[in-house]
Amino acid sequence: MARSVSNSRKALNTAVAATLGFLIFFPILWIVVLSFKSEGDAIRAPLEVLTSGWTFESYTAVQERSDYFKHFSNSVIISVGSTLLGLLIAIPAAWAMAFVPGKRTKDVLMWMLSTKMLPSVGVLVPIYLIFRDLGILDSRIGLVVVLTLINLPIIIWMLYTYFREIPGEILEAARMDGASLRSEVLYVLTPMAVPGMASTVLLNIILAWNEAFWTLNLTAAKAAPLTAFIASYSSPEGLFYAKLSAASVMAIAPILIMGWFSQKQLVRGLTFGAVK
Amino acid sequence: MATKASRSAARLMISPAVLLLLGWMIIPLSMTVYFSFLRYNLLMPDGNPFVGWDNYYWFFTDPSFKDAMLNTLLLVGGVLAITTVGGVLFALLLDQPMWGQGVIRIMVIAPFFVMPTVSGLVWKNMFMNPVNGIFGHIASALGMQPVDFFSQIPLLSIIFIVAWQWLPFATLILLTAFQSLDQEQLEAAEMDGASWLARFWYIMLPHLARAITVVILIQTIFLLSIFAEILVTTNGGPGTSTTNLTYLIYVSSLLQYDVGMGSAGGVIAIILANIVAIFLMRMIGKNLDA
Repeated sequence: MARSVSNSRKALNTAVAATLGFLIFFPILWIVVLSFKSEGDAIRAPLEVLTSGWTFESYTAVQERSDYFKHFSNSVIISVGSTLLGLLIAIPAAWAMAFVPGKRTKDVLMWMLSTKMLPSVGVLVPIYLIFRDLGILDSRIGLVVVLTLINLPIIIWMLYTYFREIPGEILEAARMDGASLRSEVLYVLTPMAVPGMASTVLLNIILAWNEAFWTLNLTAAKAAPLTAFIASYSSPEGLFYAKLSAASVMAIAPILIMGWFSQKQLVRGLTFGAVK
Repeated sequence: MATKASRSAARLMISPAVLLLLGWMIIPLSMTVYFSFLRYNLLMPDGNPFVGWDNYYWFFTDPSFKDAMLNTLLLVGGVLAITTVGGVLFALLLDQPMWGQGVIRIMVIAPFFVMPTVSGLVWKNMFMNPVNGIFGHIASALGMQPVDFFSQIPLLSIIFIVAWQWLPFATLILLTAFQSLDQEQLEAAEMDGASWLARFWYIMLPHLARAITVVILIQTIFLLSIFAEILVTTNGGPGTSTTNLTYLIYVSSLLQYDVGMGSAGGVIAIILANIVAIFLMRMIGKNLDA
């Protein structure tokens, strides 16, 4: 069905799209450039920036001055931890709803989704006070719990839509052959569900990594992930463009790469299957 | 195929998720509602008397509430306008035959993966700073007076930053919808002599209608809660010119320690979000049946 299009038309499309794409991508490209400059060079006019010398000093300075990798590992622990914990709770629930649907399954799914619509700021005060009283303000475990609960509806929904695509007959056949529930899940379902689970994990790590309401409000110095650490750059005035760039590049690079791999799943995960 | 045993096993498997979400919803929510009727300030430990609707009264009559509502409306509306129109155009463009489409698409969707605090600070410093930012450098190279974005057009600047983050989302979803468009229908229309505009208006847009609605509803839910971008750029200022409802509630509860007032604001935010959510849920529910 490939419509024949003249090469000149194709070239025009490419030129327009590439220009616009470059403009949109430019801020990200620019901080990569700035991160390899000295602070003095980083604030010069753009052309002078490009012709100035390159250096790694900002990357080492960020680590030495502010223990960057502590915050980086906080981000890793919080995003991976909350995703795995969420998966642990979501897999049985999604499995049951996809393969043993009851009369109220749809209502339960919709209700779970509705909890995601609750604006975080509406429960900021109680969560803050509960965390204070439990002594888990500024702790990684506290953030893992909150982010798990926030993303649980998305995890369940995504898994549910993936599980539903697995033909029920295969499971029935396994059951007829005398497979127990446990081995049915372990040896029949899991291998087929791995791709879906992988994309669920990917999307939720991205969402948790970039979450910036709870991470900013519930952490201080100790458990601050990168979102909160980068925010601390908003206060000091003066020459810090290169360091801010270096810190930013390291903070967004892993997620950017993961995001590029999960484009398709992103649509499914973020629209709850409403757009395919 | 569901036996009684598998039914109860299923119920057992669902219950942890249901109980956790139920607790997550009911406990803090009822606390917010309860606090909203108390005079409760963390700095004044003198008991927390019941004050009825006082907090709501003060919250509603506070001039910053009116500002915050207006700013929330402008922020959500402005970003929605830019991202939906821009998203349709971008999706249309990316759907055309071209070379290197994969690379271009990757560049276009990249901003969505940048954490909010990074995009706020990068735009604020590297681009919109009147002295050292790129826009400032360009303006002075052209002999013009650089714009001091965050004091002259603070809200517009934030709308711009947020739109940059969300344009990829709209583009990606609308592109997905475009790709499920029936090409033969388009070709038939073309052969019947329908102009490009007519094809866009009568075939493509109706096909996109559902995806556009979903984009608008989902973005609204997220945009009502914009917080980090404001925190790192303007702190809600100058004055209240960039304070949205979320930020106002943050200020009254965590900066002024007024738990009662913050909770009243929280209840209002929940009601607002629910109005949008009802429409969104209805659309998703319809799709679940299909």
